Amino acid sequence: MIEVNNLVKRYGDHTAVDHLSFKIEKGKIYGFLGPNGAGKSTTMNMITGYIASTEGTVKIDGHDILEEPEAAKKCIGYLPEQPPVYFDMTVLEYMKFVADLKKIPKDKKTNMIEEIMDMVKISDMRNRLIKNLSKGYRQRVGLAEAIMGYPEVIILDEPTVGLDPKQIIEIRTLIKELKKKHTVILSSHILSEVSAVCDYVLIISHGKLVASDTPENLGKLAEGSNTLEMLIKGEKTQIRQALEGIEGVNSVTMEKDEKQNLWSVKVSTEEQNDIREKVFYKMSEINSPIYEMKSRKVSLEEIFLELTASDKPISADEVPNTPEDKDTDAGKSNETNVKQTSAEIPEEQNNDKGGEK
Amino acid sequence: MTAIYKRELKSYLTSMVGYLFIFFILVLTGIYFSAYQLSATYPKFEYTLSAITFAFLIGVPILTMRVLAEERKQKTDQLLLTAPVSVSGIVIGKYLALVTVFAVPMAVMCTYPLIMSKFGTVEFASAYTAVLGFFLLGCANIAIGVFMSALTESQVIAAVLTFVFLFAFYMMNGISSFFSQTSMSTCVTFGLLILAAAIIIYTMIKNILISAVIGVIGEVALIIIYVVKSSIFEGGIQKVLDVFNLSGHFDNFTSNIFDIKGIVYFLSVIAVCLFLTTQSILKRRWN
Repeated sequence: MIEVNNLVKRYGDHTAVDHLSFKIEKGKIYGFLGPNGAGKSTTMNMITGYIASTEGTVKIDGHDILEEPEAAKKCIGYLPEQPPVYFDMTVLEYMKFVADLKKIPKDKKTNMIEEIMDMVKISDMRNRLIKNLSKGYRQRVGLAEAIMGYPEVIILDEPTVGLDPKQIIEIRTLIKELKKKHTVILSSHILSEVSAVCDYVLIISHGKLVASDTPENLGKLAEGSNTLEMLIKGEKTQIRQALEGIEGVNSVTMEKDEKQNLWSVKVSTEEQNDIREKVFYKMSEINSPIYEMKSRKVSLEEIFLELTASDKPISADEVPNTPEDKDTDAGKSNETNVKQTSAEIPEEQNNDKGGEK
Repeated sequence: MTAIYKRELKSYLTSMVGYLFIFFILVLTGIYFSAYQLSATYPKFEYTLSAITFAFLIGVPILTMRVLAEERKQKTDQLLLTAPVSVSGIVIGKYLALVTVFAVPMAVMCTYPLIMSKFGTVEFASAYTAVLGFFLLGCANIAIGVFMSALTESQVIAAVLTFVFLFAFYMMNGISSFFSQTSMSTCVTFGLLILAAAIIIYTMIKNILISAVIGVIGEVALIIIYVVKSSIFEGGIQKVLDVFNLSGHFDNFTSNIFDIKGIVYFLSVIAVCLFLTTQSILKRRWN
């Protein structure tokens, strides 16, 4: 459907997109994931023909975007980062203009406009001036613009930015519905969004593709190790010896929690090895009560952070199976702290509580 | 193209700008018309038209400043440039919308000779020739404004640039008389221009050898021509500047001449400006 080959974009000395290559197949939702400034928008702008690439080619359904722009652009609906709406038009006027711009035949025009306005729920706003609409509604009008003409590929640049949590869920459902008839590419810097919606994730960092796989597979890569976090009262050496005696334990770190006079203990274990029960009995054997116990899996978020933090490109196969848990104690505790804070975000959002990050 | 034309026209007719432009042109025409024709009972409408060409200096920048600059600022150009429309289609659609807005006061002006004919004899042919010339002059000015609007995303800068250029073209008769007509001074001026061009080429391609070669070839060719036939340079600066003399080309239309050369000239100005507009939009995509 879309073939991107060795795409490069340079702004002076700065390379925004660095030899990017990938293929997009029909009927799936693709997610571009990357931190701000990773080159997501630039890549999308190049695919849609808004800006030209310095090197490399983009082919849409076999049409090169620079050589046969009109044929290629016909296959694409694009919602840029900022919805391209005219403030001095009403919603209905704008929809008619977009339909004309995309050369929708007259007999289909009215029906299509009604259908799409119902789909993104802007029918009630049809006679309002776009300048008087809220950000969320403008975003929907922009989305309607992208869907207009039912192009084969719909490209959405951060479609849920600026929406409230309820709207985010609605838009996500809508995107999933679009999948039935269209190929969808969306970009986001919010991982939970991508893993909730997309069938395939392309992680971009510093203009390079650092990983591309299904969210499940990326998640599997992460299941290399689990961490158990506990607060235990007792003797340091005793606890350490007891824990290290348990089968499947890779390493143990201990830190004194001065406030509560407890030991904050982190145990990393091999994958799919639940040692919680064993830990409980072991600790009761040595009379060290457990005040708290949490099991934590390495999340997709951590992989994302790890991949995008380094400058060095890593291919999907090289995604670390066991994150740096074999390092020194000090280094490890820092590392894990970072992960804790980041790992909390997706949980929260999956419960549909978190809106924008 | 028609979609863009319709949208643009509608946007001009639902905002102040279009009406302001129409109002401005009509008020000036009205004032001069009542002074020359109604009070002084002068039978030549072309006299009024040639007196109000300065209206374009203020009217056109106001009309054209937002046409492309605003698209860029509001990022709506992303919609247009990713839609299955060619860039030249976008530019022509927008240009035609502006010309349509300008056609409104022109249509009103067309009735003036008819009003005059109620009170005496009017040379309709010469009056309407002048109206045609005035329309073409306005269209050429609008094309310049469209080009300036494509160069920047600030409306103010676009308006100021348009004004500066239109003013310079308006004053072209005076400006060209500053320069000496002798072949020697013309040759020196051209030599300096070639040098400047070579420097500009160097800043663009950053290759000292190529730009030096271009500069040297230009200068040598110039000197050879000067040595062989120096009379060719006489009044050369004036000839070059005459290309930019928009109002000068309009003068023929007001003196009873149906000037085919002038029509071709104005149409060429329009074509060149719209071509440059298209190219500047295309070029921006590569930066």
